[in-house]
Amino acid sequence: MPFPRLPELPSLPMRPEDLVPQRINRAPSPLLASGLPWLSVMLASLAAFSPVIASAPVVPPLAFMVFLAWRMLRPSLLPLWAGLPLGAFDDLFSGQPFGSGIVLWSAAMLVMDTIDNRLLWRSFVQDWAVAGLLMSAYLVLSAGIAGLAAAYPLPLVIGPQVLVTLALYPLVTRFVALLDRIRLLPLRSV
Amino acid sequence: MARSPDRRPGFSRRAQYGIFTGYVIAVAGFLAGAGLLIVSIVNPSAFSSVRGAASEIARPAGEAGAETRAAGQSVIAAIGAYFQAGRQNAALTREVAAARANALTMQALEGENRRLKALLGIVDPMVKPVAAGRLIGSTASSARRFAVLSAGSSQGVRPGQPVRSAAGLIGRVIETGPGTARVLLVTDPENVVPVRRARDGLPAFVEGKSDGRIAIRLLNMGVNPLKLGDVFVTSGSGGLYPPGIPVAVVTEVLHDGGVGHLASDPADADFVVVLPVFQPAAVTALGASQQAAGPAPEPSEAGGGN
Repeated sequence: MPFPRLPELPSLPMRPEDLVPQRINRAPSPLLASGLPWLSVMLASLAAFSPVIASAPVVPPLAFMVFLAWRMLRPSLLPLWAGLPLGAFDDLFSGQPFGSGIVLWSAAMLVMDTIDNRLLWRSFVQDWAVAGLLMSAYLVLSAGIAGLAAAYPLPLVIGPQVLVTLALYPLVTRFVALLDRIRLLPLRSV
Repeated sequence: MARSPDRRPGFSRRAQYGIFTGYVIAVAGFLAGAGLLIVSIVNPSAFSSVRGAASEIARPAGEAGAETRAAGQSVIAAIGAYFQAGRQNAALTREVAAARANALTMQALEGENRRLKALLGIVDPMVKPVAAGRLIGSTASSARRFAVLSAGSSQGVRPGQPVRSAAGLIGRVIETGPGTARVLLVTDPENVVPVRRARDGLPAFVEGKSDGRIAIRLLNMGVNPLKLGDVFVTSGSGGLYPPGIPVAVVTEVLHDGGVGHLASDPADADFVVVLPVFQPAAVTALGASQQAAGPAPEPSEAGGGN
């Protein structure tokens, strides 16, 4: 059997935009356009139900990373108070004492707002640095709050987790950028 | 790239009020979260019903994940076995020969044990498992160590009951929903388990280090008698955990104790079993006396020591 040559293979659509054949007289679906950020953050919160049963904190805080990535990519898409409901949802699954997500996510939104007002220009490296600071602070404070709840000073075991988180952040932003293109697919006929 | 100018509302009074309200809600959310946090640190079970309901909803996803985990492990194990077949075969042959000799000794000891117990008139309580289930989720990104079990109060699971796998102790149930339960793993620093050395009954207790290992603390001070590879099993003191469940293997000896690895890694456990509380009367009595005496000066679970 001859090996199929490359041009004979059916090609996958390279961009999400290619999934929609018709583009004239079409507009993005409002439900998808405004709901996808919320949905993706909540799904990332459910990563606690992944097949990995960890006996040490090793998995990066995916929900918080997706949340930050949306905030950086589209600063006005998530309202300023989005940390309240999304943090509460994350608290239900993260194992942290209830309220820690609400506090830290709301604080992150307010800090991001201040940073946006101070730094007038954006760049990839600067976004990564800001996100790195916020995520490291989030992990350290989360471990501190968990230590308060356990009435036991938790050992600093989050080192590897912080490194993985910092390294993975650009990938998460890449993924969120893909979701952003799916979000704006022209699905609704005008 | 300059930032987007969409946070400047211009002269629209409505848009200005909208932004102001956003700030108010955000700050109020921060304060409300701080309040909830204080409540849940003071009273850890305050939001257990909400968490239980949330776990119920996410249960199908977790069960699918648990099955994927089992399948994935068998694939990896099969590949690993292929590479190690020869060496493993030789090692297993040696092990079987040793185990056969041990089994004969065990049979003799068992018979002797039965006779001695009959002489003393001791009756072992029959331990019948409450329920069996899978671990369907864990707090993989938090410093606290919880797992979610796919059996709940409708199967008879109650807070406080110990959970074990075939290889050893996993933890104990702390919150239950109708079809799911939250398990405090042995590696959580809040979980203190009274243990004894399997070889000679040296009493100790283990405490989670929350990095996947557990700290072994001896009750008797003096020269540290621990050796690498010592196996610790539950001692049954405190009345919560039934005696004889493997907990930890010593991997590092310190000057006043040791650090051990789990006898049963929750990641390897396919099915886990919930056991009834070993001596419910003792646990209730201890709890009552602890309440009467006020809060303990250091974190220790019901009757922590031997």
